[in-house]
Amino acid sequence: MARTFTPKVITANALIEGDVIYLTADDQWSRELSQAELITDEAHAQVRLLDAQSQVADIVGAYLADATPGANGPEPTHFREDFRRTGPSNYAHGKQEAAANV
Amino acid sequence: MYKYNDFDTAFVTQRNAQFRAQVARRIDGSLTEDEFKPLRLMNGLYLQLHAYMLRVAVPYGSLNSAQMTQLALLAEKWDKGYGHFTTRQNIQFNWPKLSDVPDMLDALAEVGMHAIQTSGNTIRNVTSDHFAGAAADEIEDPRPVAELIRQWSTDHPEFQFMGRKFKIAVGAAAKDRAVLKAHDLAVRIVQNASGETGYQILIGGGLGRTPMIGQVINDFLPRADLLPYIESVVSVWNQIGRRDNKYKARIKITVHEHGIDDIRARVDARFALIRPTFTGADQELLSEIKAHFAAPAFRSGSTEAYDVAYKTDPVFRAWADTNLAEHRVGSHAIATISIKKHGATPGDATAEQMRVMADLADLYGYDELRISHEQNVILPHVHKSDLPAIHAKLKQHDLATANIGLISDIIACPGMDYCALATARAIPVAEQIATRFDDLKLEHDIGHLKIKISGCINACGHHHIAHIGILGLDRAGVENYQITLGGDATWTANIGERAGPGFAYDEIVPAIERIVAAYLDVRTSPDETFLETYRRVGLPPFKAALYPEAQKKVA
Repeated sequence: MARTFTPKVITANALIEGDVIYLTADDQWSRELSQAELITDEAHAQVRLLDAQSQVADIVGAYLADATPGANGPEPTHFREDFRRTGPSNYAHGKQEAAANV
Repeated sequence: MYKYNDFDTAFVTQRNAQFRAQVARRIDGSLTEDEFKPLRLMNGLYLQLHAYMLRVAVPYGSLNSAQMTQLALLAEKWDKGYGHFTTRQNIQFNWPKLSDVPDMLDALAEVGMHAIQTSGNTIRNVTSDHFAGAAADEIEDPRPVAELIRQWSTDHPEFQFMGRKFKIAVGAAAKDRAVLKAHDLAVRIVQNASGETGYQILIGGGLGRTPMIGQVINDFLPRADLLPYIESVVSVWNQIGRRDNKYKARIKITVHEHGIDDIRARVDARFALIRPTFTGADQELLSEIKAHFAAPAFRSGSTEAYDVAYKTDPVFRAWADTNLAEHRVGSHAIATISIKKHGATPGDATAEQMRVMADLADLYGYDELRISHEQNVILPHVHKSDLPAIHAKLKQHDLATANIGLISDIIACPGMDYCALATARAIPVAEQIATRFDDLKLEHDIGHLKIKISGCINACGHHHIAHIGILGLDRAGVENYQITLGGDATWTANIGERAGPGFAYDEIVPAIERIVAAYLDVRTSPDETFLETYRRVGLPPFKAALYPEAQKKVA
């Protein structure tokens, strides 16, 4: 039996700020994991990754990260991706700061 | 302090201009990340989990007040108002934008600083004793030799693309405060039986996934032979060191595989070849450098103000007892400023705190500051009569924590809060341990105890050589912390012993508490330190305290 494909999102860092970013279904880069395209097909994932990696002037280090569907969009399955989504735990910096300023 | 000459200034200016153009080409898309990455790493710029990180070299941990003030400016203008002092005596900025980094580097150059060779497979920033030039137990100030090595290694054409990085430390004191035995190469300034000064050279030390203690390759090297000898060591390793596997590329593996005697023979052969090419210019340079490090004209005068404060102010006394060290001039002291306030991130100083420390150095400290590998800041020369005023100022800025050498003076790497390589967090574990023992009001009773935490196997947090070492790992998608006991970072260095299975994130602080309780229980007297107790009784009582369930099963 074929191995089950774990759903993925495409994530990278923004070239200038270094922020964690996610590829959306309409080919935008979002700062929010919840807005990422959740990819459930392995072949589609590879094509989307190639698309992302070709955007050298905007992003750095695109890769496929495991994710799972949640009530408000994709959720991380591993704590590393949870930290990337949220920011450091010792200060409310990064995305937490941005959220506080909204 | 070393001051850049015209050559140094021109070199750094040119490098900054090159990097500015490289950043511009990366941003306009003409360089890919694969092309740009080695260029940015040569200039100390990493990409971490949430942002870029700029690692600025603080050569052998020495800086003056103008440099510290400029670091404060960088923190405020281009970062989030703070900087992180590292276990390699450097400072890291965690949030720079790529487009701002060229301006940051230009600002650093204004005060004779840069980020060159703080990354990449080169000879890294040379580290030294943070009490250099002030310690009562040193033969001489080791910094001129460290500066000579820095100048020789900077942009050295043979050593820009090695199999792996290479770290050098220099010490000159009876006590090793520079972790000499955990470096790729250590230079120890020593005196032989006939009173001549020379160098003892150790190689092959290192932590990481294969921790090793350095071994002596040369017991007494004449002074004029230093650079050709070090060049021979690096050259031999650069040629025979493994490039097939980055985890086996450091010199510690080369020494382990070939044996120290084989390496010594190869180095001697290489040395015979290249020694004649060193015609004395290096020695002339060393004497020029030495002039930069002339000791300040130490003030004389009464130390009564210190004595009075020590007798009458218990808070000052507690600070003096833990944070002061003996200076080579009796009227002076070495004051360590703790960057480890209970519950705060080890090694993080705000821009305001940096300015306060710079001002204190300017006002009372002969304009000198040091960064320790233990992530604290030192005022190396302070007349004792000024200490009460210094302490009062430090108190106003959350810098007067009296905990140097105690359980809350924890080394912690950035861990998964920042580092792309980390497998678990280190900072919150350090914060919680410090807070817990502060709440228990036990830390002065516990006494000298070094806890060091790494968030991955690369061991930037020096966990192997801690009295209590903590290593954060990812075990099946959950943070898990392994404990090692009995490590030692000094001249009696040894690697700590694994205590047993790891602990979950919410179990690690109680586990540390059980170890400490066991120590308090089995120590012969309050004078027997944790390490002394551990060396006397070994692992069993601590293992029993850590794993009570396992003990029950045995019983």
